[in-house]
Amino acid sequence: MSAEGGLTTTGYIEHHLTNLVVCADSSKIDGVCKGFWTFHLDTLLVSGILGLVVFGLMAKFASKATSGIPSGGQNFIEMVVGLVDQQVRDTFHGKSALVTPLAITIFVWVFVMNAMDLIPVDFLPFLLGKITGNEHLPFKFVPTTDPNLTFAMSITVFFIALFMGLKVKGFSHFMHEVFAVPFGIKLAPVNFLFRVVEEIARPISLSLRLFGNMYAGEMVFILIALLGLYQLPLALPWELFHILIITLQAFVFMMLTIVYMSMASESH
Amino acid sequence: MNINATLIGQAIWFGLFIWITMKYVWPPLQKAMADRQVLIADGLAAAERGKHEQELAAKRAADALREAKEKSADLVAQAEKRAQQIVEEAKGTAKVEADKVVAGAKAEIDQEVERAKQVLRERVAELAVAGAEKILRKEINASAHADMLVALKQDL
Repeated sequence: MSAEGGLTTTGYIEHHLTNLVVCADSSKIDGVCKGFWTFHLDTLLVSGILGLVVFGLMAKFASKATSGIPSGGQNFIEMVVGLVDQQVRDTFHGKSALVTPLAITIFVWVFVMNAMDLIPVDFLPFLLGKITGNEHLPFKFVPTTDPNLTFAMSITVFFIALFMGLKVKGFSHFMHEVFAVPFGIKLAPVNFLFRVVEEIARPISLSLRLFGNMYAGEMVFILIALLGLYQLPLALPWELFHILIITLQAFVFMMLTIVYMSMASESH
Repeated sequence: MNINATLIGQAIWFGLFIWITMKYVWPPLQKAMADRQVLIADGLAAAERGKHEQELAAKRAADALREAKEKSADLVAQAEKRAQQIVEEAKGTAKVEADKVVAGAKAEIDQEVERAKQVLRERVAELAVAGAEKILRKEINASAHADMLVALKQDL
């Protein structure tokens, strides 16, 4: 699709990196949605539909789960869930009904969203253009390349960890840890500052890691697609390599979440 | 990188999916997996037990076989011994019987001989008397010399 129909290279890349937005009039600046009350419709739709389909399927198989010989679907889901559960068991030693479901949700959801990256970059936009009749309709199909999504996840994880820490340790113990660790109560402001930096750094690194990896991967796909016919020998290796990346990123996000939960619920 | 209200929407999605997983996905799967683990453990234990029992049974069978063999060997030996005994006994009885028969036959023979001797004695006596009569017809009276004849008969 490179440079066709008067589309320049810059225009092509921009088209692929622009979200479909809706916003209230109050959030418009010069007629463009730039204020806070802007919604990325594509991110919300794709992630929501993928999540509903995947978790709906999982819930359906789980509702028919048997302790006898499992069906193929149940077996597959059990394999994934068992893998995540094993990681939780190895890392998280507290008792919580939330950590394993949280880790499962993160791994599965991030994985399927990342997997959208494996569909050739122009295929879905082309289809959407045909359906809506507007070839220039911007639509990003990989939700994890939207920092809003990754930040939403990491901030949610941050709050869950915070509440878990409060719940498991109790308010006084938690406060003691915030103000008196690691330098003792005399250096309370320093301890507090350390703690704040640590707590803030976690969600930022967590979300930016996923966003950066997926954004860069998507970018490389777009650049490869620009090569025209020569993209063929390049797209395949990058695609294969990307299978590794999307799985790894989903796993890393899940693993770090478990680690944060474990750190929040254990005294150190 | 523009952060906006999408964040809130995504957080809501995320929360919803965590809730679905927590409520509808994980508990039934966890239960099924745990139950299956118990089931498999039980099955393996049962198999182990069965194997053990089978080994025991094989051992018992071997024992029984050996015992039976010993018993049968004993029986055969006993039977042989008994047969020997019976043969010995039969031999003894036959010998006694044979001896009896031989003794009886001997006694009969002796009797026969005695009788024949008696007959012969009488005949000889008669012949002697007849000869003597012929010789002494005239001179000797049989009745007068009866004592002497009887004594002669006794000597023969």
